[in-house]
Amino acid sequence: MSILDSKTPDGPLTGKWTKHKNDINLVNPANKRNIDVIVVGTGLAGGSAAATLAELGYNVKTFCYQDSPRRAHSIAAQGGINAAKNYQGDGDSNYRLFYDTIKGGDYRSRESNVYRLAEVSANIIDQCVAQGVPFAREYGGLLDNRSFGGVLVSRTFYAKGQTGQQLLLGAYAAMNRQINRGKIKSFNRHEMLDLVIVGGKARGIIARNLVTGEIERHAAHAVVIASGGYGNVFFLSTNAMGSNVTASWKIHKRGAHFANPCYTQIHPTCIPVSGEHQSKLTLMSESLRNDGRIWVPKNIEDAKAIRSGTLKPTDISEENRDYYLERRYPSFGNLVPRDVASRAAKERCDAGYGVNKTGEAVYLDFASAITRYGKEQAGIHGNHDPSDAEIKKLGEEVIENKYGNLFQMYEKIVDENPYKTPMMIYPAVHYTMGGIWVDYNLQTTIPGCYAAGEANFSDHGANRLGASALMQGLADGYFVLPYTIGDYLASDIRTGAISTELPEFDEVENNVKARLEKLINNSGSKSVDHFHKRLGKIMWNKVGMSRNVKGLEEAISEIKALREEFWKDVRVPGSTNEMNPELEKAGRVADFLELGELFAKDALHRNESCGGHFREDYQTEEGEALRDDENFMYVAAWEYKGEPSDAVLHKEALEYNDIEVKTRSYK
Amino acid sequence: MKLTLKIWRQKNAQEKGSLQTYPIDGVEGDMSFLEMLDVLNDELIEKGEEPVVFDHDCREGICGACSLQINGEPHGPDRLVTTCQLHMRKFSDGDTIVIEPFRAKAFPVVKDLVVDRSAFDRIQQAGGYISVNTSGNTIDANAIPVNKDDADASFEAATCIGCGACVAACKNASAMLFTSAKVSQFALLPQGRVEATHRVMNMVEQMDKEGFGNCTNTGACEIECPKGISLENIARMNREYLKASSRG
Repeated sequence: MSILDSKTPDGPLTGKWTKHKNDINLVNPANKRNIDVIVVGTGLAGGSAAATLAELGYNVKTFCYQDSPRRAHSIAAQGGINAAKNYQGDGDSNYRLFYDTIKGGDYRSRESNVYRLAEVSANIIDQCVAQGVPFAREYGGLLDNRSFGGVLVSRTFYAKGQTGQQLLLGAYAAMNRQINRGKIKSFNRHEMLDLVIVGGKARGIIARNLVTGEIERHAAHAVVIASGGYGNVFFLSTNAMGSNVTASWKIHKRGAHFANPCYTQIHPTCIPVSGEHQSKLTLMSESLRNDGRIWVPKNIEDAKAIRSGTLKPTDISEENRDYYLERRYPSFGNLVPRDVASRAAKERCDAGYGVNKTGEAVYLDFASAITRYGKEQAGIHGNHDPSDAEIKKLGEEVIENKYGNLFQMYEKIVDENPYKTPMMIYPAVHYTMGGIWVDYNLQTTIPGCYAAGEANFSDHGANRLGASALMQGLADGYFVLPYTIGDYLASDIRTGAISTELPEFDEVENNVKARLEKLINNSGSKSVDHFHKRLGKIMWNKVGMSRNVKGLEEAISEIKALREEFWKDVRVPGSTNEMNPELEKAGRVADFLELGELFAKDALHRNESCGGHFREDYQTEEGEALRDDENFMYVAAWEYKGEPSDAVLHKEALEYNDIEVKTRSYK
Repeated sequence: MKLTLKIWRQKNAQEKGSLQTYPIDGVEGDMSFLEMLDVLNDELIEKGEEPVVFDHDCREGICGACSLQINGEPHGPDRLVTTCQLHMRKFSDGDTIVIEPFRAKAFPVVKDLVVDRSAFDRIQQAGGYISVNTSGNTIDANAIPVNKDDADASFEAATCIGCGACVAACKNASAMLFTSAKVSQFALLPQGRVEATHRVMNMVEQMDKEGFGNCTNTGACEIECPKGISLENIARMNREYLKASSRG
């Protein structure tokens, strides 16, 4: 074990980033033209990084498995993006955003990175507006805000329930401008299958053209991994079907440490599972908790009657409802952070109060908000004695205006009208706070290899606050990485173009080809999905919302056994030299089968509960997470040594100088 | 439900394709259309046959990857949804469902139900952006107030997911709805006005180069659009184009 150096600059917290930008090396514009950078992934982090790097003058190549950069899964983010603009005058500031993020992350994130994130947040909004991102506005023409969980101010900017889409299209437009200028070459329907290291530095990748199956070599002076998170290790998650850990896992196997894999976010408001055929879960934005109240029946008989279909939720009177978040956490109520809300839902359902067929759902009810808004609107329209029907109509219009697309999505999937009957929701895997370990410059433990956005571990600690993923992706891509990468590339100005004819490329390409051949010639009997679903069940049952020693030990041996079975018995149809989605999936699931074990190992080693990592053996009498700051206030970064069980732990101690470390309370 | 599926199979862009028939049983109403195809593919793999290849990713109606011409309609019989959000409860036991790729000269078939929609990317590259540097040296976001109605209309246009249903629905395979949505998003905002002339000229020129057909105002695109993008955008683009061309 070693102690990792985060390379955080000295000096007071508020001045670190400015000082660092002044101190680091720059590359002159003429030299930038001779330097190539590869960016893997074109979501918010990758797309914005590619655009800015190209604008600065570097030659950029982007890679994405989708048919267009615009389809990266950032597009699905719904609710919003945080920024410490204080447009509402409600006392927001950089420090408060920093404070909320550190506290929300349960004191497991790096202070300097989080402060930098808060510092650049306001600029993200300026930048996006300049690029033509159509954020929601008030009648006066200024930008509107909403609230998200875990905070007491309104700092979230949004574009209805499609904020991620609008921000990604903004980054994609910025990319397009550079593609048009010839500064970005975009390789779509391409998947990175390994990293090439030359002389200890990341110098290129091996990628597969997903249309022709051709294996390609691409060289560069630096490689940026912005390929997102690994939530699909659970099979069922809110991630896109193609979201995967492969790029991250490949660099991990080449020397990049993987940090805190067990920190996973289970999002409290998703549409419950409906059956075995289910392929993915759909999120209902956290913004709904601004207006929706979460409840289950107070009496267990009512819950049973609802499950059997003899009682409807609207039949249950106010006094027989248990608004359990408002009851347990009066000061934050329905807007507690995601980890807290998820566990509280599980607690009620485990106790027998669940409200759908499987008993794994709670209500998210808009009736009070509809009435409140309806009365307000009637007043505005000069109707001071509105009927119930008028109130309802006006109130529903307000709700539709705010969340229309989400309500429509719910209705299409569940076949119930959420304006008339409360939504049913249940927690689902959504985001991974863990990821590739990076220093303050976003560089991994491989020189010249960087990680940005959800792919890195840096800013959210053990739990991410709502509307902070978009903020981090764009902060990394637009404002952080383009500066910090220059410090590294400054020493590369005399290197010249990197050749793809080097023996290091031969070797890695041969490995990639051999593995693809092995998969295609395996002639087993079971489909890739068969194994993926079984992995997902192990992960959800034993490494999911609450974890214990016995379950984690079982998970480790079960995943190992499943991995062996996969390599013996998986069947991949078709051939390697054509479009073959089953082959793509097989490679990704093979990597998930390794990551899953490391994930469980990390969860087992962390003998405490913090944020999204909840260990049943470490909880308070009230069932809240019990941290162990004395022994676990560190980042766990794992070094690859062969089998996941051989991974070696390295620690980065976390120090908090500008915030008092406390027990997190939302009561 | 028991269904008969007639699915377009085509090995690659060079070879000819044809409709193949696949019976399927045990389909439930709660399944999405793509989950039904997952079940079919699992059966095909177990039988040692090649699964059907189709584009899909987010499966929540926002990425725009999924497509499919279902019984002659892009994204199937339901309104305002993509194929991934179409549920099997919209079909009945015994139905025959014909599943084809989106058809257009500018969208060549890649394999089975997958088409190449990179023409859309190239239209956007021709001018679908505001030429502002992304280094963060911009004015405060609230320095330019935007009329709420304009901001909302700009947003509505910007919700286009680039799936190509408009092209597949159009008898001329025109990309006017797609292109006009992008032109409108920027034309409606003060930030976008500066380059409005160049933008509309360049994007329309690229659209024509890609081999999309002309618009004859039948409105099929608007009806089939899973995001409800309005025909008003086409009218707006025509005005913008006229203004731009008269300026020479």
